[in-house]
Formats: sequence, structure tokens, C-alpha cells
Amino acid sequence: MSEAVVRRIADRFGDKILRAFSQHGDEAIVVAREDLVEIARFCHDDEEIDLKMPVTLTCVDYLGEKPRFELVYVLYSVKKKHRLQIRVRVPEEDPEAPSLTPIYRGLDYWERYVWDMYGIRFSGRLKPLKRLWMWEEFEGHPLRKDFPLRGRTGQIPELDIQDIYRGPGPGPKSRPASRAAEPRPSQLPIVK
Amino acid sequence: MSSNFGMMTTRREEAQGFLERLVSRGLGWARKNSLFTYPFATACCGMEYMSVAGSRYDIARFGAEFPRFSPRQADLLLVVGTINLKQAPILKRVYDQMCEPKWVIAFGVCASSGGFYDNYAVLQGIDRIIPVDVYVPGCPPRPEQVLDALILLQEKIASQGHKLVDRTPPAPEAIAAASAQNPQLVGGVK
Repeated sequence: MSEAVVRRIADRFGDKILRAFSQHGDEAIVVAREDLVEIARFCHDDEEIDLKMPVTLTCVDYLGEKPRFELVYVLYSVKKKHRLQIRVRVPEEDPEAPSLTPIYRGLDYWERYVWDMYGIRFSGRLKPLKRLWMWEEFEGHPLRKDFPLRGRTGQIPELDIQDIYRGPGPGPKSRPASRAAEPRPSQLPIVK
Repeated sequence: MSSNFGMMTTRREEAQGFLERLVSRGLGWARKNSLFTYPFATACCGMEYMSVAGSRYDIARFGAEFPRFSPRQADLLLVVGTINLKQAPILKRVYDQMCEPKWVIAFGVCASSGGFYDNYAVLQGIDRIIPVDVYVPGCPPRPEQVLDALILLQEKIASQGHKLVDRTPPAPEAIAAASAQNPQLVGGVK
């Protein structure tokens, strides 16, 4: 669909395109973190590529692989009607990526989303980086694969309910992550 | 009287108790048949609430036809739908703003227990933050179930004790004295 776009970017940047592939009718290029801003700027400004619309930015958590996270930018050209993915690997030790909001203002929402759900910071943003959906006191980033399923952080104290199906309430003092690691009372072995 | 655990009762006290019970039953009858509801609708159960409130199932047949969208004018809180942890403080605040006497119905399985949302974001039942009188299961519940819950709540209200409370405001001097003692108080206490 947009092989010409990939070829044009490859002609310009050469070895900076680590990999290019086509998947489900979508072209994707894999680039390094350092070259992301430069390539995105070229995609936005070039007349023939004309990828002016940032459709989405999301993140994939490859738990266990070495650069653990992969950012997926999906760009679209309204005039030329073609679409391109740019993928960037981000390591777990330094979960930071350059922000593309100076180029694409619409990515502001999605960068906040990725910070909230995956805990990847973006540097050089136009606005300060805040959580998108969870409240500021929330511990952890819930869409990471190693986030506990019941890692709840309440905002107000809850009653300590002893319930065989739902488990006890978090109560005012308990820490959510430690509580979530315990088995539910209904999963404990039955003692006769 | 037998209900007095063997204590001596004068005829005057007996007469007063009879009057209090009469007043309690009268107030209970009045309160159960004029429930002003506050629908706290957050999710898809809200559609079912509309059906209950609409003309086909018609919650007005039981005297609860008047949804008040101010918690200060309501005495029945219908928690309709999923309450997540971000919304829990709002629900608690709405409940605190309602005047006594007040009752709560947990409408649907999410409000009752969190439902299948056993994840990082959802409150596992509103009874962890506010007291609940009647739980309605179902995802969403049938309108008949909701009406059944309302009838159950009416029976509960009728069986509760109600009192006439003297609500005359205190004298201006008493208010001035109380505010002088505690400047935090506005309006003073009785």
C-alpha cells in the first residue's frame, strides 16, 4: 500500500531504518530511539509522504525480551490516503522516549496514555506529562504485564469486609500491591 | 406490658408508647410511599433504570416516580452501574449530602459486588464505602427485579421505627454563644 513511502524514507535515511516490513496491509518501519524525531519530522514535512495525521500511539510490553517496550506510532496521510507505522524499542531500565508533540500536537493525549498505562516518560513535551485516566496517587502502571491483577489503590478508606468471594477490602492501611499477591480466600485449600 | 422485659410501666407511659408506635407506623407508611429517588447512573444499568422509570414498568406505581437530581432532596439513592475507584469519593460525597432518613439500593451486580470487573480500577461493591439496604443482582437486572427490590425496601421502611423530630431552629443567642465558642461552626448547634 505504501511501499513507495518506505522506499523514499529508506533512500533518505539508509541505515537508520533498522527494519521494514509489511503486516496485514500496513507498512511498518523500525527505527532507533535517537532517530525518531528526525524521521518523524521528515514524514510530516515531506511533500510526497505527507503523513500529517497521527492516528494513534500505543505500546507493546514484551515481558522478558531485552528492550522490553515497543512504541507503535500510526501515521496517516489524509491527502495521499496511505498509512505508516513507526516502531521504536524502549528498554525497561531507561523508559524514556523523545516526545513528538512539537511535530504532532495530537499525540499529547496518547503520550499521556502511554505514560499512565505503561510508565514510559516523554521528554521535550509542550505540556507537562500527567496521568491520563488514573489519579495521581495511583501506584504502578496497570497495562504492564507484571502489574498485579488486583493492584488497587483506593482514594478513600474502605470498610474491611470479610467476603468469601470478593476477598477482604483493602482497608485504610493495607498496601495494594502486597494484598493483590495473596490468594483469594476462595482459592485457599478447604480445611475440614 | 410483655414487650417491656418485665419492667413496671405506668398507664401514662403505656399511652405514650402507643402514641409513638402510632406515629411511627404513620410516618413509615408515608415515607415508604413517597420515595424521592436519586439515580446515580454510571453504566449500562442506566438503560434498565430508564425502562423501570418509563411507562411500561412504571416505578411510579409504587410512589417512587420522582427522580430528584439533587441529593439534598432525595431519600433513596439508586446506585446504577459500575463504580470505579475514581468515582468512589463522588458516590460517598453524594451519600453524605443526602438528608436523613435515607436508603440505598445497589442496582445490578457491579454496584453490588463489582461484577466481573475484578481488576485494578473497580470498587468491589458499594457496601465497602456506604451502607446498602437492598441488593439487586443481574447484569443488568430485569425491571421486575428492581420493582421487587423496591417492594422489599418498602417493607423494610414500614418495619423501621420513625420519630417526629423537633426541627425548630435554636434561638439567635444560642447560635451566637456557640459560634463564639467554636468559630468553625456556622449556624451553631442545638
